[in-house]
Order: sequence, then structure tokens, then C-alpha cells
Amino acid sequence: MIAKPFALFKKDFSSELRTRYAINSLAMFIIVAISVILFSIGNERITESLTGGLFWVVIFFTAMSGLARAFVSEEERGTSLTLQLISAPSTVFSGKLLFNIILVFCMNTVIALLYSALFEEFVVKNFPLFLLTFILGNFGLAISSTIIAAIIAKAGAKGTLYPVLSFPILLPLILTSVQLTLFSFDGTSFEGAKFELAIVVGYDVIMLTASYMLFDFIWKD
Amino acid sequence: MSDYSLMSDSISKSFGRRLIFSDINFKWEEKGIFGISGPNGSGKSTLVKIIAGLISPSRGKLIHKNSTGEIIPEKLHNHLGFVSPYLVLYEEFSAWENLKIFAEIRGVTFDEARILFYLKEFLLESRKDDLVKTYSSGMKQRLKFIFALMHSPEVLIFDEPTSNLDDDGKKVVYKIIQDQGKHVVVIVASNETKDLELCNEIILLEKFKN
Repeated sequence: MIAKPFALFKKDFSSELRTRYAINSLAMFIIVAISVILFSIGNERITESLTGGLFWVVIFFTAMSGLARAFVSEEERGTSLTLQLISAPSTVFSGKLLFNIILVFCMNTVIALLYSALFEEFVVKNFPLFLLTFILGNFGLAISSTIIAAIIAKAGAKGTLYPVLSFPILLPLILTSVQLTLFSFDGTSFEGAKFELAIVVGYDVIMLTASYMLFDFIWKD
Repeated sequence: MSDYSLMSDSISKSFGRRLIFSDINFKWEEKGIFGISGPNGSGKSTLVKIIAGLISPSRGKLIHKNSTGEIIPEKLHNHLGFVSPYLVLYEEFSAWENLKIFAEIRGVTFDEARILFYLKEFLLESRKDDLVKTYSSGMKQRLKFIFALMHSPEVLIFDEPTSNLDDDGKKVVYKIIQDQGKHVVVIVASNETKDLELCNEIILLEKFKN
């Protein structure tokens, strides 16, 4: 069951290593965004809540700069038709989702490491809660970004449409993840964060279910 | 011999208000070479895309059946081989890598002996490890035939099969069409008289304009 999506993931991974469609833009965006934040802060001390917010801002915009490639590159190169001829829609979505999940986790781990190294205020007191938020948030981000990428890949103004369409869809996830990150900064227990955690879990489950249900219609012309 | 059948029930297609064709009916069974012809813009590619399940008809229904019953659209790709000038292979991989990737994603065994046979047949054996982006358009077209044939499909759909091919390439393609037509359903969409001469039955799309 997983062999076919994994084969598609393997193809995307090898293709990415050869073409560097997403990796270069993601790496450049992370470096530029964090540098701009550091320059704009200067010697000022920023609050923990602002650091948590900026952390997710960088994650959101980095995702916007690279995650659409999963489908856009297929559409731009004209290989979507080839994919339609060799696999079922659910295989395509699973393969692309797997690729985006790995990409999101790699990219956000780099962002988290850079934040902890460069921002004094990025101090996590409840690490398990931060880790769970990070995992659930990344899953939600990957699922939403993948289905939105599939929608915008067929459209004309892809670059503009992606963040515009993503913003309202990702807003509940980002806001809740920011809140959970702040909880992990001030040492709030899991008990105190259970409402927000339930929202993120619910978001991930709903987005995953809706994506699988909708993808068939999106994928076919 | 194949027990595959393809049946169309009054298929019509329009894009917006523009009617492409209407009420096409046919029943193609087991084996044979079936042609689709018509002037430019008459909807040849649109009809083959409908047959391949890539787009839906505006009205009517197309049924693919084999011995196990009606084939659902999600499984159709396992039964089809498709060649067209607008089909694009992955240029950053070699021909061999492309074919291996397709086998893995399809979930079928990568039969090296069979692939090597077709690479030889389509005069690509010596270039199998070169990246597809270094291929000429004729070589890419020949590679698409291997892509279509590698998993032994029950229906072969060839949209403009001889486009970009030189005389040697055309000879190989005509031989493949004739050979395959003895065992499976082969659909050829073309304007080329020579391509259509191979067909047992031809649909002329200009007859289905109203």
C-alpha cells in the first residue's frame, strides 16, 4: 500500500537532488528571513511571545516559498499527465504529501536550530510540549500546503495565489501553534494546553480527510 | 487474446459553449486497430483523453471492461498504454531510470529483459543511460512507446504516433501497431493517411459536430 507512494517520493527526492527546485529557494529564504529579523532587532531585547510569533512567521513564509513545488514543477514541466497515466490520484497525493512532510520537517528543524542559536529569548521550558507542537504543526502545514499546491498548480498566477489561498486556511493552525509555542516557553503543562492541542489535532485530521476526498476532483482536469 | 472491451454511450464534449463533438458511439472489443481521424481542432486528442480517463465527457459514458468486470477510473491506468506528442517524460533522468521509476510507481515488476528488448526494438539501447533532456524529439517519441508497452496493457492509445519520427522510427512504430493489434485493442488518433491505413475501423470526427 505504501510502496507506490514511496516510489513517487523517491522519484521526487532524486529529482530534487538533481534540479534543486525547492531546496535552494527554501535555504535562501530561511537565511534571508532570519538575517532580516536579526538586523531589524539590532540590540533591542524582544519578548518571548514576539520570538514565538516570529518563529512561526518564518516557518509560514518559508513554506510558501518552497512547498508548492511538489505540484507546480510537475505542471510546469508538463509531467502531470505522465503521473496521471501511471498512478491513482490517492498514490499521487500520498507521495507528494510524504515529500512535503520530509521537506517541512527538515526545513523547520533548521529554523528551530537557528532560532535557538541566535535568539536569547528562544528558551523552551516545556520541551515535550514544544516537540509535540512542532510535530503536529508541521504535519498540518505539510497537509494544507500539499492540497493548496495541487489547487494552484492548475491556475495561472501561481506565485500570488499560493500565499493568498494558504493564509486563511493556515491561519487557525498558525495561531494555535504560536499559542502552544508560547505555552512551551513559559512552562505550561500539557493539562493547561490540552484545548489548543485538541484544535491542532482536529485541524490535522480534518485537513487530511478533506484533502484525500477532494484530491480526485482537483487532480483530474 | 484480450477479453477487453471499450464501449462509448453517446459521448459528447464541449468546452464552455464550444461543442467539440457529440453523440459518439462505438464498441471496440478484444483486439484490433481502431482509428480516430478528423481535421485539426476536431477533438481527436480530446477523445483519446476521454478514453484514457484523463478528462471526463460533458455527456455520455465510456465503459472499460475486462473479464473481472467494469474497470473503475482509479484503476484504469494499470490497463492503458498511452503515447502522444504532449506526453512529457522526466528529463532529469535517463531513459532507463524513467522506465524504472514508472514501473515502481505503477507497482509492477521492472522486467529488465523486456525493457532491453524494447530499447533495442526502438533503437535506443545505446542511449539508455543518457539523460532524456539530451534526446532528440524523435528519440523521446520512441521512448514513449516503451513507456506505453512496458506493463503489457490491454489497451494502447496512440495519439499522433508517428509525429517527430524519421522513416526508420515510423517503420518500427507501424510494426508495433500491427503486432499489438493482433492481441489487444489499439487506438490510433491521426491525420496521417499511412497511420490510418493500418486501422480496421475509423471514426471520422467531423461527422459528430452537431
